[in-house]
Amino acid sequence: MDVFLQQLINGLTLGSIYGLIAIGYTMVFGIIGMVNFAHGDVFMVSSFVALILFLLLTTWLGLSSIALALLIVLVLTMVLTALWGWAIERVAYRPLRGSFRLAPLISAIGVSIFLSNFVQVTQGARNKPTPPMLNGGITLLDQGGYAVTLSYKQCLIMAVTAVLLLGFWYLVQRTSFGRAQRACEQDRRMAALLGIDVDRTISLTFVLGAALAAVAGVLYLLYYGVVSFSDGFVPGVKAFTAAVLGGIGSLPGAVLGGLIIGLIETFWSAYFSIEYKDVAAFSILAIVLIFMPSGILGRAEVEKV
Amino acid sequence: MQASRTGPSDGAASFPDILRDAGLYALVALGLCIPIVSFRTELSQNSALDLVPRWGLVAGLCAAVFVVRVLQRLVLARRDARKALTPSAHQATEAVHGEPNAGQRVSRLAVPVFVGFALGLPLIAVLATGGLSQSRYWIDLGILILTYVMLGWGLNIVVGLAGLLDLGYVAFYAVGAYAYALLSTTFGLSFWVCLPLAGLFAALWGMLLGFPVLRLRGDYLAIVTLAFGEIIRLVLINWVDLTGGAAGISSIPRATFFGIPFTAGDDGFAARFGLTFDSMHRNVFLYYLILALALLTNAVTLRLRRLPIGRAWEALREDEIACRSLGINTTTTKLTAFALGAMFGGFAGSFFAVRQGFISPESFNFLESAIILAIVVLGGMGSQVGVAVAAIAMVGGPEMLRNLGFLKAIFGEGFDPSEYRLLLFGLAMVAMMVWRPRGLISVRVPSVALKERRAIAGSLVREGHG
Repeated sequence: MDVFLQQLINGLTLGSIYGLIAIGYTMVFGIIGMVNFAHGDVFMVSSFVALILFLLLTTWLGLSSIALALLIVLVLTMVLTALWGWAIERVAYRPLRGSFRLAPLISAIGVSIFLSNFVQVTQGARNKPTPPMLNGGITLLDQGGYAVTLSYKQCLIMAVTAVLLLGFWYLVQRTSFGRAQRACEQDRRMAALLGIDVDRTISLTFVLGAALAAVAGVLYLLYYGVVSFSDGFVPGVKAFTAAVLGGIGSLPGAVLGGLIIGLIETFWSAYFSIEYKDVAAFSILAIVLIFMPSGILGRAEVEKV
Repeated sequence: MQASRTGPSDGAASFPDILRDAGLYALVALGLCIPIVSFRTELSQNSALDLVPRWGLVAGLCAAVFVVRVLQRLVLARRDARKALTPSAHQATEAVHGEPNAGQRVSRLAVPVFVGFALGLPLIAVLATGGLSQSRYWIDLGILILTYVMLGWGLNIVVGLAGLLDLGYVAFYAVGAYAYALLSTTFGLSFWVCLPLAGLFAALWGMLLGFPVLRLRGDYLAIVTLAFGEIIRLVLINWVDLTGGAAGISSIPRATFFGIPFTAGDDGFAARFGLTFDSMHRNVFLYYLILALALLTNAVTLRLRRLPIGRAWEALREDEIACRSLGINTTTTKLTAFALGAMFGGFAGSFFAVRQGFISPESFNFLESAIILAIVVLGGMGSQVGVAVAAIAMVGGPEMLRNLGFLKAIFGEGFDPSEYRLLLFGLAMVAMMVWRPRGLISVRVPSVALKERRAIAGSLVREGHG
């Protein structure tokens, strides 16, 4: 029971991070129908940005309050990563709108290869550890030597995720941007006829997706304390799995899918084998796409001839 | 990119406008460089991270972006001005006229030239470098390029002809390589026995993995095949008893000349044929082996295109629903495409194993799949010549980076151009999609025609839809 509870906490933490990345996939797929293959690498870039900003603030500027430093890092990383998302859409995807269907996917694979190697060239191939921050936690249960702890990091990750999701939900459901975004998702041409700037809406979608990936990047760095240039691919695929599992195009679905994938991964590692945890994630991806392509909360796609 | 937003009317944009626009680009580049380029993280002795500022590099990058953008705008302005004089004339001719254009006439001539050059490459290399052992670099490069040409042609069956986007092709390459490695090290079978077996195994895997994805299309198909490719790689890493895990399989038997080994001994190749022993004999043999395998792939593909199954593939690529309503069995059509494509991947894999003498799961990661797919797409899906040209450009081009020694003089001694190989590779993929999304050779010649064969402009072909 206590092992189960501990794994549940770990799984939910991991799942929050996947959920944040998955939103970027699901929004982009919803609005322009492409798999933004480079999203995982945007997440990795944001981790590096956060790492460097954190070092800058603490060692160069001598900021002693870790909490304040983290807050500044979070905001700045979101802004800088959003700029990456915007620039990528502008350079690599926008010229391809209306091109044949595979062009954006291949372009996205190119961006993904570019980003991971860009970081490798500029930052080196070795793993980058962070100084430990936010240690300690709350002991929930202590039975026979096995203590179930909820660390402050995990609290922070879940809290930040929950707050951001609420804010994000408000943005999509209640503001005029959100309305425009949902309209473009339904019918881009009709939305354009009704005076919505479609290009701007798509740009903003990428910006928002990248900003949420940046939050995930900061939290990932905080949680694992190490990042490397190749860390984008596997979390990216897992987050995509989460988006598909939840039903691609559905925002609550992305978060739900992220939590499920996080839980499956941690329980699989704890009870079966840690070597095959990525195999489990990839298998879920294949199984869901083959047998349940509309996901848990998604709409079934109707093909018109 | 800017032009598409503001329209062709800004073709006559004034120079200050262009400068301001380029300045904006440089500003964005500056934003992107902060802090990921401007500070390098270095591990210090006590395993903490130090920051090394590099503002000079940032300034250089921003200046480069500025200059490139100014040039791009000037070129675009000139092109728009020219376009404005002859409004949309070329679009009309492309659709109505079906006569072979200059590119096709060149390509008709190019095929014999290519094949002749490929056949004569070892001789040319030996003559140019002045000795068999000095030509090693060029022959090895030829082998590498031909391997990718063969993989590209194999994948072309799946992606180019049948229109099924496969991002896990490297899995079949891996199956072929491991099939040869395991069969030869455990049962002592020779390469010539293993080659067909490896192809057979790969084809079997192609069918096995193809079966569950019959219902999927487009992006989803791509992602599922990617997942399969990764699963196979992870199993190869983790199934240590069979595959040796991440350490791989070493001391795989080397290639023999139909049973005669390339050794210095009395029954070796050199002694039997009255030559002086040279280790390059094996490389030359391997070169002709992969050339023969690649040409076989090409020949089979070209023949299959004329058979009913090949026509069914192309019909499937253009429109799956129409295909089904005409009574074509899409299940067998898709499965044969997967199986045949996988079979050639398997052949290439066992060639890879016999050439290297050592294989490990590291050689079969997703990047390889992406490179092979990029070769097929950049070549213009379905075009055999295009795939060959793309393979030479994508594999041979980065190799040329190693020879750019003069760059060291500009950027300092620590500068290694080959580090930038994949970086440029990714950029090239994006640039090709933006510039020519249909690939190098986008014009199609139909396999079957009623009276005369007419070329079809790439923009009229709807592939990749299914």
